[in-house]
Amino acid sequence: MGPVLYRADPPEARRLVPLDALDLIFHLPSGQTHLVSEPVPQVLGALAAGPADAAEIVSRLAAAHDFDPAGAEAVIAARLEELEAIGLVWRA
Amino acid sequence: MRHQFAVRIGPVGFRIGSAWAGPIQLMRTLYADYPAPADGIADFTVRLEPGRPWRRFLRPAVEIRGDFTLPDAAPLPLAQGLLAAEMGMNLQMALGQRRYLLLHASAVERDGRALLMTGNSGAGKSTLAALLGERGWRFMGDEFALLDPFTGALHAFPRMISLKNQAIAAMEAEAPAVRFGPLMRGTPKGDIRHLRPATAAVAAMEEPARPALILFPRFGFAADERAMAPSEVFVRLTQASTNYVALGAPGFDALAALVRQVPAVAIDYPDTASAVAQVERLWAAAA
Repeated sequence: MGPVLYRADPPEARRLVPLDALDLIFHLPSGQTHLVSEPVPQVLGALAAGPADAAEIVSRLAAAHDFDPAGAEAVIAARLEELEAIGLVWRA
Repeated sequence: MRHQFAVRIGPVGFRIGSAWAGPIQLMRTLYADYPAPADGIADFTVRLEPGRPWRRFLRPAVEIRGDFTLPDAAPLPLAQGLLAAEMGMNLQMALGQRRYLLLHASAVERDGRALLMTGNSGAGKSTLAALLGERGWRFMGDEFALLDPFTGALHAFPRMISLKNQAIAAMEAEAPAVRFGPLMRGTPKGDIRHLRPATAAVAAMEEPARPALILFPRFGFAADERAMAPSEVFVRLTQASTNYVALGAPGFDALAALVRQVPAVAIDYPDTASAVAQVERLWAAAA
């Protein structure tokens, strides 16, 4: 099985409100509210540049944020599956 | 309907119809200070009716009907007709209110700023609001607080305060007898006696207030306080709102702004004297 490409709604389809350790996301198309933590808002932000798989999202995040990408791909892949389950991303 | 009564509570107009005169006469007395609905148009209708025609006379039982109803609500005996009317008004608000974000919370005001109190049934939010209402605060409501999603202001909903069990004696020591309704024993919620808010609170009910402090009181524990994170407050308040989902994005924006701007504290208290002292201290700190 090859890399799984994910797609998300554009940023204007969401309200993102940082609170404390958690951020609020209101997804306008579904009317659902989500309470999320890092790196979920960043992953959704990275998908604004178009569909991507976990490896591509890691390289987009590494370009924009200061972090060590070693081992990040598995973490991002797990978050993408969770985001798919709650309807914030889907397979392209 | 045979007997009718219309009243405005805060910004919301109600029309109450009843097959019996008793509950309407009682409401006219208790709500004597309150205005009629704006432009004579009620937002919600509550009807108190017998389940079967003969139930108007024979062991009369009041069924609560209106724009919104619960299919399995049990009828109440006629002696609890006032309670039926109050429950019916709450039900219309809980199921039908769309203009304001409805928070299941009590509220009091001082200097144009509002203190919100929310928590599970029995936490004491109603009793605390009633008590503070007799001690220098303006009572805004003991059941629902109305958050305007467009201005962020809190609107009062100062209906009759529904005192339960021990809270009845506690408030009889605070407020004059003329403001109390009849004692109703053995209701589904135990003993209930309604208390009319102070006249000044009714006169000022159209004035909104800026939310300034949110408390989550819990009665029956040693005095304790814990600052709450905005994310925890957000989750608790969505659970305390009956129309959060229905309001969509405006409800989200209003609630997110509220929890970002207003400090929140969980307070445990062993008795009301302790609670009042805790509230006054936290209020002074939040000012």
